[in-house]
Parts: sequence; structure tokens; C-alpha cells
Amino acid sequence: MKKFAKQIVFYSALLGIWTLLAKLRIWPPYLFPPPWGVGHALWDGFADHSFWIGIAVTMKRMLIGYSLSVVLGMILGLAVSSNKFLEETLGGLLVSLQSLPSICWIPLAVLWFGLTESAILFVVLMGSLLSVTIAMEDGRKQMPKIYGMAGRNLGASGFRLFWSVLLPASLPFIVNGMKQGWAFAWRSLIQAEMIFLSLGLGQLLMMGRDLSDMNQVMAVMILIVILGYMVDGLIFRTMERRLQEKYGLTPA
Amino acid sequence: MSRSPQNAYPLVVPIVPRTGVRANVFHSKPASSVTTSPVCPVYEVVVPKVALDAISLSYKTTSGERLLALDNISLEVKPGEFLCIVGPSGCGKSTLLHLIAGLCPQTSGKVLVDGTPVSGPGTDRILIFQELGLFPWLTVGGNVEFGMKMKNVSKDEREEKVQYYLRLVHLSKFRESYIHQLSGGMRQRVALARALATEPDVLLMDEPFAALDAQTRDLLHDELERIWAETGCTIIFVTHNVREAARLGDRVVLLTFRPGRVKQEFSVNLSRPRQMEQPDVARTAREILNCLRDEINKSMEEEYADEKIR
Repeated sequence: MKKFAKQIVFYSALLGIWTLLAKLRIWPPYLFPPPWGVGHALWDGFADHSFWIGIAVTMKRMLIGYSLSVVLGMILGLAVSSNKFLEETLGGLLVSLQSLPSICWIPLAVLWFGLTESAILFVVLMGSLLSVTIAMEDGRKQMPKIYGMAGRNLGASGFRLFWSVLLPASLPFIVNGMKQGWAFAWRSLIQAEMIFLSLGLGQLLMMGRDLSDMNQVMAVMILIVILGYMVDGLIFRTMERRLQEKYGLTPA
Repeated sequence: MSRSPQNAYPLVVPIVPRTGVRANVFHSKPASSVTTSPVCPVYEVVVPKVALDAISLSYKTTSGERLLALDNISLEVKPGEFLCIVGPSGCGKSTLLHLIAGLCPQTSGKVLVDGTPVSGPGTDRILIFQELGLFPWLTVGGNVEFGMKMKNVSKDEREEKVQYYLRLVHLSKFRESYIHQLSGGMRQRVALARALATEPDVLLMDEPFAALDAQTRDLLHDELERIWAETGCTIIFVTHNVREAARLGDRVVLLTFRPGRVKQEFSVNLSRPRQMEQPDVARTAREILNCLRDEINKSMEEEYADEKIR
């Protein structure tokens, strides 16, 4: 609770400074809007449903793109970690590709798919695929070998061995990579949406720019931060903590 | 194939009233019944439960040289026998169990179970690992159920057997617990229940009690002996503790230090149930130990030599 009190004090102070600076009118309000202006924009955005639609569209893309990248990333990671040849060839390529910022995939995606939903999903996929793949590969390597042996010993093989032993055994090691993958996917999605004219939060942000509406720009930025934090901080961190408790990695 | 006549297979042996002894284990029948042959010996072909036929295993070390871990090991285990394998650390006794379990291939030779060569893992042979390898993401019940799930046993039957085997190892109350919430001895019993639930013919145990305190170990020895008598399975038990081997085994096989070879075999004709402290168990243990000491010295020398080089 003490931490919570500190946070309240901190955010109130921040808001106070912001108000003060806005009141002093050092910069014109269309460049430096006051908190109530941004609050108003938030209210209006939700009232005319444009923010709700933006959130829904963005989250839908996120879920589809990210789920795809998790499934593909796991298959790729598994292939790379279980085959020496693939590890030495494809593994190196994947690591080097990770240095490519995912926004660099946009021109390619546009040429391949046009300005379509598929192009956006492709960018999201490429944004997180490599993180998930590398996480899966590392997870398989870090995972104690004993679980795989025990599973085979008890009659598991093929897909069932993967699904009921190897995957759960490597979960604590890959959950961090999955989290990172989500963060990358989130960034690439917003970036892609800023370029494509297709609803979504990124486009709302660009719309604010086009209308020179600083209030909307900041309102959408705040929204993106809150949404990103909610998923990362609440969903993933809770998942991580639960996993650690269950696996006995931290005292429950 | 080089096969010495004394372990030619199938084995022809006189029928000793073994099953009778087994049934009466806990009614304190005199030990002498084990050794006396029937008046009129009946001969029958007994297929050994597990037979190792000239098993060798070598592998490449990180420095590139080939290391011979197991050298021409031939061994036969009768159905229902409790065989202990002892040897100094580094003699390849754990590896031997992995071979029987079908978890890794031998370089040469054959592992036969019921006369058929082993080509991979199978639920007729379940290995209890030294580190147990219990699944932390499953509850105690889930762990015990796992092997049956893989065998596609029906839900009702699984439920029944989980209850039965948890009762057998006295863990019914901990069914919903997770592994990290249990003590060492309890985890050991979960591993035992998990292995037994697949109803294997052969139970392979790799120094399962090495990390336990003496009291817990004694209790588990009693339980293992009881469960062995109840289920009638064949047990191959690896340990470095000669006392434990003499306490549990019908027969004790001693392996040499690197490469592992069969150095000597001891039959332990003592009545059951036994106690660790029993004088005759201690005497048998000392006998084995005398034989083992040279090998321990060899392994020590090698380990300390390594230390000096570094």
C-alpha cells in the first residue's frame, strides 16, 4: 500500500506540473495542451465510439497476428532446436534477422499484399515471430533434459510428448520471450497502423496529427501506453508469477 | 556373436519354489527354504525377464577421444527377481539402466526383454531416475496419471488406479499438491507411484534413495519391499550403497570402475523382511564391500588425478 501511495503522490505531482506549465502558457495550447483538454479529447473519443472501435480493431489484429506468430514461432523454434543442421544454418539467420526493425517489413508487406489487413498482420507476425522462435529454442535448451526422458519413459512420443511434456517443461523459460514477442508485436502494429489507413489506434494518432489536434494525439498516446501496460504488466506478469509459483521456482 | 556357455539363453534352471517363498515372505518362513532344492528337480525353460547380451557402450568425449563406458556386460534377470547393481561412481551403472529403458542405444550387444530385443522406450520397463523427473506442472495425482494417459487408459480406470497407487505409497491426502510442496521422501514415493501406475513388468531404479536421510530411507526400503511383494514385478536397483544392496537384493552384481564390467555376483539368501541393521545383512554388505574397495580406490585415484592436473 505504501508503494501505491507513493505512486499517487508522483502522478498528482506530474499532473500538477503539467497544469502549471499549461497555465503559464509558455507554449501555445495547440502545441502544449492542458490536461483537461486531453481529458476532454479522451471523453469525446470514447463518447463517439471512435476510441472503442480503434481499441477493438487494434486488439483484434494484435490477437490474430500474435497468435499466429506464437504457433509458427514454436514450430520454428522446435525445428531449430531439435535439428543440428537447422540450428547451424537457419538459427543464425533468425538471430541476424532479429536486428531488422520490424517497421522495415512494411514496404515488403505493402508490395506483397497491398494496403490490406493481411499486410498489417504480416508486419505484426514478423515483429514477434523471431522473438518467439528464439525464446522457444532457448527454452528447449535450458529445459532440464530429464523431463523429456521421463516423458518418453512413460510412453509419450511425437506430438503428445511435445504437448504434454516438452511444452509445459519449457514454459517458464519461454514466457519471457513470449512477453518480449508481444511487446515487439505491439510496437510494429502501431507503426503499421500509422502508415496504413485502416482504423486502429495508430490511425487515430495520425488523424490527430492531420487535424493538428494535439489533444487527440496525446489522448491516443496515453491510451496506447495504458493498453500496452495492461497486457504486459497485468496479463504477462501475472502469468509469469503463477508459473513460477506452480513450478516452485519461487516460494509460493 | 561371442556368448559364454554359462549365460547361454534361454536359461535352463531347476524350478525352485520361488513363488512360494515370495508369497510367504511376510510370514517369516525360514530362510533355508530359498536354498534347498526340491527333492525331485523339475526342469523348465525359463525366459529371463531381462537379458543383457554382451552389451558395450562407448562415446566420444568433448576432447574427441572415445571412452569405453560399458564393456561386454552379460546379465540375466529372472522374472520377479530383485537385482541390485553396485559399483563405484563412474562405472556406468546409471547408463546401464538407461539402456534397458531404451532411452539411449548401446554401441554393441543386445538388451532382451522377455526374449525380444529392446528398440526404444516402453511402458513395460519404467525407470525411476535419480533426479526423479517428476513434472512440476502437474499435481501429484496428475503425475501418477500421466503414464496411463499416454497409454489411453479410460478415465474411470485411471481414476481408480490413481487412488489405488496413491494409497499404496500413503499419499492419498496429497493428491492435489504440487511437487515442490512435498518433502524428499514424499517425492520419492510419488515417483514410485507414477512408475507403478503404468503397471510395468520391470522397475528400474537409479539410486532412488541416495539423497534421503537414513530414517526416511529405511521406511522407503520397507515400503519398496512390500510393494515388490504385492506387485510381483522385477526390480533392477542401482546403488553405490552396499548396505542397501544387501538389504534389498536377491542378488547383487558388482561392476568395475571404467569401463564397467561385471566383476562379481553375490546371491543374498537372507529371509525377508530384512533390516539394514541385521547382522547377516551387515556381513553380506562387508563381503561385497571388500570386493568393491579396489574399484572405489581406482575411481578415487582417477578423480584426484584430474584434480591435480587442473
